[in-house]
Amino acid sequence: MKPVLDVTAVSMNFGGLRALNEVQLEVRSGEIVALIGPNGAGKTTFFNCITSIYTPTEGEVWFTPRGGARTKVNGIKPNLVTALGMARTFQNIRLFKNMSVLENVMIARHCRTKSGILGALLRSPAVRREEKEIVDRSYELLKYMGLNKFYKELACNLPYGAQRRLEIARALATEPTLLLLDEPAAGMNPQETESLKHMVFKIRDEMDMAILLIEHDMSMVMSISERIYVMEYGCLIASGTPTEISSDPRVIKAYLGEEAHA
Amino acid sequence: MNELRKSFLVSLWFMFLTFPIMVIRVNTVEKIVVWRWENMAMIGIGSFVLSFVWRWAIRRKEASDAVAASGQKKTGRMAELAENPSLTNSLKALFLVGFLVTPWLVTTYQTNILISFLLYVVLGLGLNVIVGVAGLLFLGHAAFYAIGAYSYALLNQYFGLGFWFALPLGGVFAALAGIALAFPVLRLRGDYLAIVTLGFGEIVRLLLENLSDITGGPSGISNIPRPGFFDIKLSVADANIYIYYIVLALAIITIIAVSRLKDSRIGRALQALREDEVACEAMGIDRVGVKVMAFGLGTAWAGFAGVIFAAKTTFINPASFTFFESAIILSIVVLGGMGSNLGVILGSAFLVLLPEYLRAFSEYRMIMFATAMVLMMVFRPQGLIPAKGRTYTVDDPDLVTADGGANK
Amino acid sequence: MDWQYFMELFLGGLTRGSIYALIAIGYTMVYGIIELINFAHGEVYMLGAFVGLIIAGVLGIMGFPAPAILVLAAIVAIIYCASYGYTMEKVAYKPLRGAGRLSPLISAIGMSLFLQNYIILAQTSDFLPFPRLIPDFAFIEPIAHVFGSSDFVIVATSAFFMAGLTLFIKYTKMGKAMRATAQNRKMAMLLGVDSDRVISITFIIGSSLAALGGVLIASHVGMVNFAIGFLAGIKAFTAAVLGGIGSIPGAMLGGLFLGLSESFATGYISSDYEDVFAFTLLVVFLIFRPSGIMGKAKVEKV
Repeated sequence: MKPVLDVTAVSMNFGGLRALNEVQLEVRSGEIVALIGPNGAGKTTFFNCITSIYTPTEGEVWFTPRGGARTKVNGIKPNLVTALGMARTFQNIRLFKNMSVLENVMIARHCRTKSGILGALLRSPAVRREEKEIVDRSYELLKYMGLNKFYKELACNLPYGAQRRLEIARALATEPTLLLLDEPAAGMNPQETESLKHMVFKIRDEMDMAILLIEHDMSMVMSISERIYVMEYGCLIASGTPTEISSDPRVIKAYLGEEAHA
Repeated sequence: MNELRKSFLVSLWFMFLTFPIMVIRVNTVEKIVVWRWENMAMIGIGSFVLSFVWRWAIRRKEASDAVAASGQKKTGRMAELAENPSLTNSLKALFLVGFLVTPWLVTTYQTNILISFLLYVVLGLGLNVIVGVAGLLFLGHAAFYAIGAYSYALLNQYFGLGFWFALPLGGVFAALAGIALAFPVLRLRGDYLAIVTLGFGEIVRLLLENLSDITGGPSGISNIPRPGFFDIKLSVADANIYIYYIVLALAIITIIAVSRLKDSRIGRALQALREDEVACEAMGIDRVGVKVMAFGLGTAWAGFAGVIFAAKTTFINPASFTFFESAIILSIVVLGGMGSNLGVILGSAFLVLLPEYLRAFSEYRMIMFATAMVLMMVFRPQGLIPAKGRTYTVDDPDLVTADGGANK
Repeated sequence: MDWQYFMELFLGGLTRGSIYALIAIGYTMVYGIIELINFAHGEVYMLGAFVGLIIAGVLGIMGFPAPAILVLAAIVAIIYCASYGYTMEKVAYKPLRGAGRLSPLISAIGMSLFLQNYIILAQTSDFLPFPRLIPDFAFIEPIAHVFGSSDFVIVATSAFFMAGLTLFIKYTKMGKAMRATAQNRKMAMLLGVDSDRVISITFIIGSSLAALGGVLIASHVGMVNFAIGFLAGIKAFTAAVLGGIGSIPGAMLGGLFLGLSESFATGYISSDYEDVFAFTLLVVFLIFRPSGIMGKAKVEKV
């Protein structure tokens, strides 16, 4: 299968600090890949690099959208990366807090819709039709994520788990080819994590999407991902199937070490 | 008892604090000192009473913050009334009729006041797009008002352009200036942006003052023609009424335009920018484009208002466009409720109409607004009429909303 | 090159710069600790000039000698402005702590307008003459045409107080608490620093220095008006930004830098654009180098 995301030796320096060191990673279409590693290993920095929030110091990020050509995305603006078909959630939830749940998802339809200032002023039938499409599609996604009953609420009034799901709904509204989830299960209880897991499978299967996630919940990572990459101190130290990873001595030493002994 | 003591101490403190400024007035030339002890008594009693009110208000605010934190919602009476469409529509119609007939019923002087009220509505609504909707604190609005006014004055003086040609051009120039300002300040947020826009506003004013050869310097430009009405020469009073209708039309257009903008795809992007810039970009919104749009969309209205202002007063000088003016427009937006159009209209009414009709208070006008600005931030930062997000209706018969009610 | 003219501009810039530095310290200290642009700080300076004028007027009529009047007027102005600064913080900023950054700034703008109008109502909106209180020193006579006694007093007093402040921040317990609070307020509080007190002291020190600047400049220029605070405030804020806002030595250097460059710009280019120059400097620095002449850029964490 051809890769959706192809990252070649990406490095990121902050002043004298090397946050990422030649990280090489690949996500193929329809795949669920996990990126794990101890806190401070550089996982979120890596996300920020591939979504162009940071520009990597070295290396290249190549992305192939569904039905599109292979494109180099490092150095282009983050909104263009999203428009190409890469959408993400944030580790420290970044919803539009004082806007309604529905509006949060509607905003994410921005890059898939067109009406401009003149359209807004004149409210032509085409604009109204587009507006209705935005509302309907966004509501559909809320329903898909089981959030429709909250649609009128302000995003900041949602329970924590629902906020995480809203972030996913919002990312889905941009119609991505590749979905990046930054610790989607953080702060969730076991039941919520379990239903999140099914949700991720469902998204992958029904929406034909590749998913790359950062996660600390090992049982989730092991049961959900087809392949796992392990990072430590900004370097990639291992990659492979869950079975390979859980028996890799370096990974056990670096990351699972304490857990294995406990 | 404790409360009494607290208030007593506060009162003593304020009597001390205001003593030299309030009590003593000295004339160093004629060597006379006037002692105004009655002021001290006033301050003492006033601060004694107010300190009770202050503490009560602070307690109330803390209590309501606690309620808000526990997630409970509270919709005010006003908000409920504002949601009733038949009521609001008939009110709108009533107001429209009222505004249409007023100039025939009142004196030229009062028409003038209404004109300036409507000008502030337009200015406030424009600024509201930038400050309230997009969340960019902007302290240079008067500069764009000036650009509009000077566009008309100069185009008329040098090229003989009439009002109706200058009106769109004034808006365009102000919008272009806004866009030009937007690019360098893209990276700035919050207070730095506020100061840069303030600096920009002052630079524009100082340039108008110093480029005397073109702009007439501090003494400004006079004999700006009033708008023509099909080549008919209008009397001053009639011309005034004519301008009133022009500015009323502009205000109505502004209200419709900014509310439509706010509820559109572009408006949502502006609001997203206010909420979180990083998430905004990650959702595929072009941060640069949206910010530039916010500036242009906000400043254009100031340009239109400026042209009308020049036509109304027939004389303009840089002194009309100081930081003070920007601060007044900002306080209209803040008092009314950032992001709320109805709030801005009410805010302008408070700022322009109240002091005019309560003549006795007119010299206290600015100090009242200054006080209101501080108090508003302390006790009601959301303004008189808080901005309300738009509610959307969805077709879903199965839906039961979180608050228990069925879908309407 | 005309050395005489150069020296004249240089010394004039020094005087100006000292005043900017005195006011800038207040901005920079407050910003360093609560990240607020205390917009009303320029008004405190204006208030200082007014209190100084009133006290000087009363004492003058009572027949005190000029130097004694100057000292007493300055002391009273400092006491009053410190009190105003303290009260202002308690009324307009403290209730807003934790309310984002825009609300306190708007409140500060309100406070600034309030104080201006307070002076208009309680005193006057006209320019008032400020008595000349600084005697002509004999030793400065030879250069008095370029650097008079009042220039000398301004530069010397500012230097003295700024040195004092530097020592205070560096060596006293309060100074350490201030530096700790500026670094990380929450952490400092956990370690037992009373942050409310630190903030109050910050306002008191900043306001005192502004009051001193107000009295000095008023007796130098000989005029006082309710509006002088706005321009002086903006320029001092510019100085604080030039030096890297939050840094006290930066504010001092920034003040001198602004004073000198303004003086040279008006002397060698054109005096019409004096204020335009300062505003342009402010805008350009905020846009291109918001961390000041020597500062380092911050990276926003995502």
